[in-house]
Amino acid sequence: MAGLTFLGLMVKPGWEVVSQIKPLEPSPAPEGFSGKKWAMAVDLKKCWEAKEGCKDCILACHLVHNVPSIGSLKEEVKWIWTIEYGKAFPEHLHDFNRDEYRGRPVIVFCNQCDDPPCVKYCPTRATWKREDGIVMMDFHRCIGCRYCMAGCPYGSRSFNWRDPRPFIQKVNLEFPTRTKGVVEKCNFCEERLAKGLLPACVEACKEKALIFGDLNDPNSEMRRILMGRHILQRQPELGTKPKVYYMV
Amino acid sequence: MTFFDGRKIIPGLLFFVGLVTYPIWYNTLSGKATSVPKLEIPKDKKECIEPKNIIRVHHKEILEDWRTSVVRNGMRVYQASNQKKYTMSLNRTCMECHKDKTKFCDRCHTYMGVTNKCWDCHLYPQELEKGAK
Repeated sequence: MAGLTFLGLMVKPGWEVVSQIKPLEPSPAPEGFSGKKWAMAVDLKKCWEAKEGCKDCILACHLVHNVPSIGSLKEEVKWIWTIEYGKAFPEHLHDFNRDEYRGRPVIVFCNQCDDPPCVKYCPTRATWKREDGIVMMDFHRCIGCRYCMAGCPYGSRSFNWRDPRPFIQKVNLEFPTRTKGVVEKCNFCEERLAKGLLPACVEACKEKALIFGDLNDPNSEMRRILMGRHILQRQPELGTKPKVYYMV
Repeated sequence: MTFFDGRKIIPGLLFFVGLVTYPIWYNTLSGKATSVPKLEIPKDKKECIEPKNIIRVHHKEILEDWRTSVVRNGMRVYQASNQKKYTMSLNRTCMECHKDKTKFCDRCHTYMGVTNKCWDCHLYPQELEKGAK
C-alpha cells in the first residue's frame, strides 16, 4: 500500500522533469537594484549648512511611507529624526567639544546593522536581514511583542500604540499604512529601490548631505567617501556593525 | 386510550418545526437565497491576470503568494498563465482596474460573510476620494 502511494506520488514530479514543464517563476523587478550591499553616508557639515530647522528628509520620508504624526512623545512613530550631537556620539563628547558640533542636530534612522540585535530577538522572523544588507520588516508577521525595540541600541524602531490612520497628514496610496500593534522603522526605501529610485530622504535633501550607495562596488561614490574624510558611527563598540556613516 | 393529547401536541409540534426551519423557508420564499451578488467589473479592461474561473477560486492564494514573494523574497514580477508579466501589488495591479473595493470585493465577501484583513493596511484608490482617511 505504502509502496503504491510512493509510486503514485512520484508521477507528477517525474512527469514535470521529463516533459520540461516549468512552473511559473516570480522574478525581481527588472529595473530594481540587486546584488548590492547598501549603505548610507551622512555629511553633517553639509547638513548643518542648511537653514535652521530644516526637516526636508524627515518630511519626505514620513510622507512617502504614511508615517503618522501622533503628537505625543510616548506614542510617537518616527522613521527618521534628529538627535543632539552629544547623544548621537556619546563617546566623542567631552567638556571641550568644538562649538560647531555642540548641540547640533544629527539625523538618525535605522542603521541597517550587519549584525542586528533586533533580528536575533524577533520570535517570528518578522524582521530579517536581506542579502543586500537591508534589515527588512514584514508588517504582516509582526506580533507586536517589541523585543526588537528592546534590542535596538539606537532606538530606531517605533511601535504603533494606536491605529495610525487618523494621524496621517497626507496619505500616499503607493504604500500601505500599518495597523495598531506593529513595529516599524526605516527600510532604506526598499520599495523605491525596487523601482530604481533613490531613498526619499536622499532625494529630498537640498544640500545633498545624504549619500546612498553600494559598498560592494569599489568605484562607487560611497566607497570614495569612506576612504576620504574621518567617519563616525553610532556606538560601534556595541558590535552591531552599523551601515550608516557620519562625516563631520 | 390516547397516547398523547393530539389537539395540543400536533399544532405545537408543527409550529416548532416551522420556527426551527425558518432560515430555510424564509430565504427561499423571499428570493434572497437565489440572488447572486452583482460585481461591478471594470468596463474598459478585457481580462484579469488569470481566467475568471481560476481567479474566482484562487485569488486568496494568489494574493498570499504575492505577499510572501514581494515582502519576504523581494520578487515583484508575476508571470501569469497568459504569459504576460504583472507587478505583484494589490494596489498597483488589482486595484488599478477594480478601483473600488466596496463595489467589487465586498459584494461577494459580505454575501458570504468573509472577513479579510487586507484593508486594515492597504488603501484603495476610491477610499481617498470619499474622504475616508
